[in-house]
Formats: sequence, C-alpha cells, structure tokens
Amino acid sequence: MIRPDIFTETATALKKIYVNHLPQLRQLRDWQSKYRILMTLGRELPTFDSEWHRDEFLVQGCESKAWLLHYQDPVTTQHFWAFDSDARIVKGLVILILTQVNGLTAEELAEATPELLLTELQLQQNISQSRSNGLLAVLNRVKASL
Amino acid sequence: MNFDLRSLRQQFPFFSAHPDWIYLDNAATLHKPQAVLDAMNTFYSQHNSNVHRSAHGLSQQATAAFEAARNTVAQFLNARFSHEIIWTSGTTAGFNQLVFGLMGPVLQSGDRVLISSMEHHANIVPWHIHALPFGVQLDVVPLTADHRFDLAAYSELLKLKPKVVSISHVSNALGYIQPIADIVRLAKEAGAIVVLDGAQGIVWEKIDVQALDVDFYLFSGHKLYGPTGIGVLYGKTQYLELLRPLLGGGEMIKTVSFSSSSWNDLPYRLEAGTPNMAGAIGLAAAILWLQQQDLTAFQQHKSALVQRFYAGCQQISALELLSGPTTNAGIVALNLKNEHPADLATLLDQQNIAVRAGTHCTMPLFQALNVKGSVRFSFACYNSFDEIDRTLTALATAVELLAE
Ligand SMILES: Cc1ncc(COP(=O)(O)O)c(C=O)c1O
Repeated sequence: MIRPDIFTETATALKKIYVNHLPQLRQLRDWQSKYRILMTLGRELPTFDSEWHRDEFLVQGCESKAWLLHYQDPVTTQHFWAFDSDARIVKGLVILILTQVNGLTAEELAEATPELLLTELQLQQNISQSRSNGLLAVLNRVKASL
Repeated sequence: MNFDLRSLRQQFPFFSAHPDWIYLDNAATLHKPQAVLDAMNTFYSQHNSNVHRSAHGLSQQATAAFEAARNTVAQFLNARFSHEIIWTSGTTAGFNQLVFGLMGPVLQSGDRVLISSMEHHANIVPWHIHALPFGVQLDVVPLTADHRFDLAAYSELLKLKPKVVSISHVSNALGYIQPIADIVRLAKEAGAIVVLDGAQGIVWEKIDVQALDVDFYLFSGHKLYGPTGIGVLYGKTQYLELLRPLLGGGEMIKTVSFSSSSWNDLPYRLEAGTPNMAGAIGLAAAILWLQQQDLTAFQQHKSALVQRFYAGCQQISALELLSGPTTNAGIVALNLKNEHPADLATLLDQQNIAVRAGTHCTMPLFQALNVKGSVRFSFACYNSFDEIDRTLTALATAVELLAE
C-alpha cells in the first residue's frame, strides 16, 4: 500500500528545496559547489519505503534505478509525485524537475517546461543527452502523467 | 616505449577536435587514424560503384578494391583462404549469423553450448533467440575467486560434451586476456567447435587462426581503429559451408525462381545485399596502418598505463577494483564503496574524462559478481601517462565530492 502522506511530505520537502536551495544553486558558478548541493538534495525527501522499489514504479531506460510514484487529486486535478533513485545525481536532478511541476493542475502541467531549470543552472546543457542517466525517461514519465 | 606518442596522436584528428577531453572509453570504440579516413574518402570520391554486379569497368575497380580488403583481413588473421573472411556489420551481427547458421546443421535439440560468465550480450542473446527455443542448452564457465576464467571448471564442463564452445578472447568488462590457447585446445580435445569473440582481443595481439586452430573468430572494425558498420566473421571453410544463411537476397544466390533458390559459394552465400564497401576498405586501411606500428610496444604501453592507473587507484581508499593489472589488455573496472557507478562517471564527465558506467553489456557477469555495475576505464595506444595522472586527480576530486 502506498502511504498517502508520502505525497504531502514530499510536497513539503520540495517546497523547502525550492525556497532554500534553488536561489543558492542560481548563485553558484563552479560545478563542484553545484554538484555538492545537488547530491545532498535527496536527504531532504521523506523516506521512500523500500517496498515501493517495485517494478511497476520503476522508470525504464536508466543506468541507475529510478522509481516514481504519482497521485492526482481528483478534485483539484493537481499532480503530485514521490521519487527515489539509487544514484544521487539523477535523484538530485529529478528533485529539481519536481520542484517545477509538483502540485500543478493538469492544465498547468501541460504547459510546463521544467527541464529549462536544469539548462538555466547549467547542470544539463541538453536534456536529450541525458538519455543514459535516465533523466529523460523520468521527465517523459512525468509528462505522461497527464 | 618504442614509439613517439605525440606523432602517434597527431595521426588521430579526433584529438585535435577535442583537446580538452581525456578519452578513456576505448573499449566502446576506438578513434580512427587519418589513414583510415583517407582510404574511405578515396573510395567514395574515386572508386564508388556497386561491387560484383555491374558490367562496367568502374564496378570492376570497386570490386577489386573490395576483394583486396578481404585479402588484407585474411592475411592479417593468417586464414587459409580469403573466402573464409565473411563481412558482417560487426561482432553482434556475426554472432547472430553464426548461431542461426549452426542451428540445424550442427546443433539440434538436446545439444549443449558452453560459454563463460564474462561473455558480452552479443555472445549470449543470439543463443537465446536462435538456439534455446529449439532445445539447445547453455552451460556457463564460472569465474575463479579473483574473477578470472576458471580453466579447471571449464575442463569439467567440457565433459558434458558441448557441440560448441564460445568464449571471449578478452573480457570487455574486466579486461582480462583469456587463456585462449588452452581454451581452444581443450575444446578441440573434447570434440567441440570453438568460437572466439575477438571484439576486444583483436586489437591486443596478433591472431593466427591456423596456429590457434580456432574454428570461428569474430570482431568489429570500429574496435580496431577502423570504421563502424563493418566486422568480420572468420570461419574454417568446412564449418562455414555448414552455416545456413541468416539473410537472403541479392548477391548470396546462384539461381532464383519464384518457388526456390540455390545459394552462391562462400563467402557471398553469407553476405546478402550490397555490402559495406567503404567500411571494408576502411577496415583494411586500419589493418595496414596497424601493421606498420609496433604492436609489442603498444602492448607494453597499454600495460604500463594500466599499472600506473591501478597503482594510483590503490592510493584512494574506498575504491573497489574489480579487475587487476596482470594479463589485462587495458581495462580497469572499479566502484566507489556505497556509491552508484553512474554518479562517479558523471563527476568524471564534468571534468571532461570520458568513461563508461553500468554493466557494459555483461549483465550476467555483474549478477555473478553481485555488484550493480562499475565505472570502466579503458586505455588505448594513444593515451598518455599524463592523461592517467590527470584522470587520477579528477578521480580523487570526484571521490571527495561524493564523500561529503
Ligand atoms: C567482448 C565483446 N563482444 C561483442 C561486442 C559487440 O560488438 P559490436 O557492438 O561492435 O557488434 C563487444 C562490443 O562492445 C564486445 O566488447
């Protein structure tokens, strides 16, 4: 069973990251400092129960393993996710993507371009090059939630 | 070192296009010397015509160049006949033809095939597709405790009388040079047909297929300083004659009616369609180029690179090395304790060091090793000690970042 609070807890954590870490990342110039932050973002998320490490949540096409849970509020049409990966950098990148889309309504999500944040932060110049690390697969899955 | 590394590197235009990068993904594909690019350019700009087909003199010129390329490969491997060189699009395509071709004439339900734990998917999946559904059984030679080919276990498994033994010459994941002379000899004594996957081995040492007495040997052009899209399936005439063609079409037939066709002679029988002419010519140019180099010096250089890198890695605690520096053709696989190989590789990529992370098309090997994957550093003749040292520095930086 998926514990429903995973989505509210994740949403709270993502908001905190949005407020605390995004401005920090925007300021930093050298890649080491950026990656240092990126690799610790995962610690901000609530515990992702190991029983959710199931094939049905696994995003195919990743070198590393990535699990994405999704919930849509039937009333507000808002989309919520919870995420885990066994690799830290992909996890950090996906968290940044989720800060851009989590809680959006279906209408808003259709318009969203969360990947632009990564270009802006110079973390991933070209999203199509990220095929091997699985980011693109996760992004496609996020967009397919509509 | 008996060669001048600087002038060697200058022959590879890729490096002047990417002076900021250190390329250590050589097991995936090698860069090409100018001589190969020139040969292909000359073919397209001066000799291009379809081979074997047309009556005109231009086609004859193209055919002559194409068949000369086949002869170059035949001499390189010391094959008895040039028709024993079958052009493929690469090792993978070669294996698919080979396994499909053996099924029926050689392999029947109940027969066994022996591979090793270190095999590339190219030497596993074709068996799954073309042989296992028809009742063939696959046995696997295990690894020794230090991750090497287990010759003792191999001898035991040969008692099961496999019809075919198919083993890699050099492991692409760990870099180990397999004891191919023993592997072939023991397989022959057991009455098996023996196949070597030379994708990684061909660039390491000179192969004499007759002296080795191997029945089939496969490799890819792009891992021998040649172009992509071309490869070789070498086979002894008697065994190639048995193979059912996987691909049918033009070039491979003698006569065709609407109800049946009769097949051409070797090598054409196994080369349906217009072949990769420029690829074959590029591969021959790569071989001719390589024959002008000092292969022994290349080997010594690559071994020295491995030793230096390996020694440097041992200074970084928390690195877990999956392969050792001896009888190694130039590949070091490692992991950082408790970290995902993809993270380590990304942090190296940030520092312009090209390596590969993952399971390297050898998933069963990593299941046997019980690790997720590895970061693979693979070296070629054109890599320098300076590149090794800079890589070690970058590796230390990455390890530090991950340790925080
Ligand atoms: C040992 C081994 N066998 C087979 C192959 C397949 O070669 P190709 O992809 O050129 O067909 C490779 C290449 O990665 C390899 O390293």
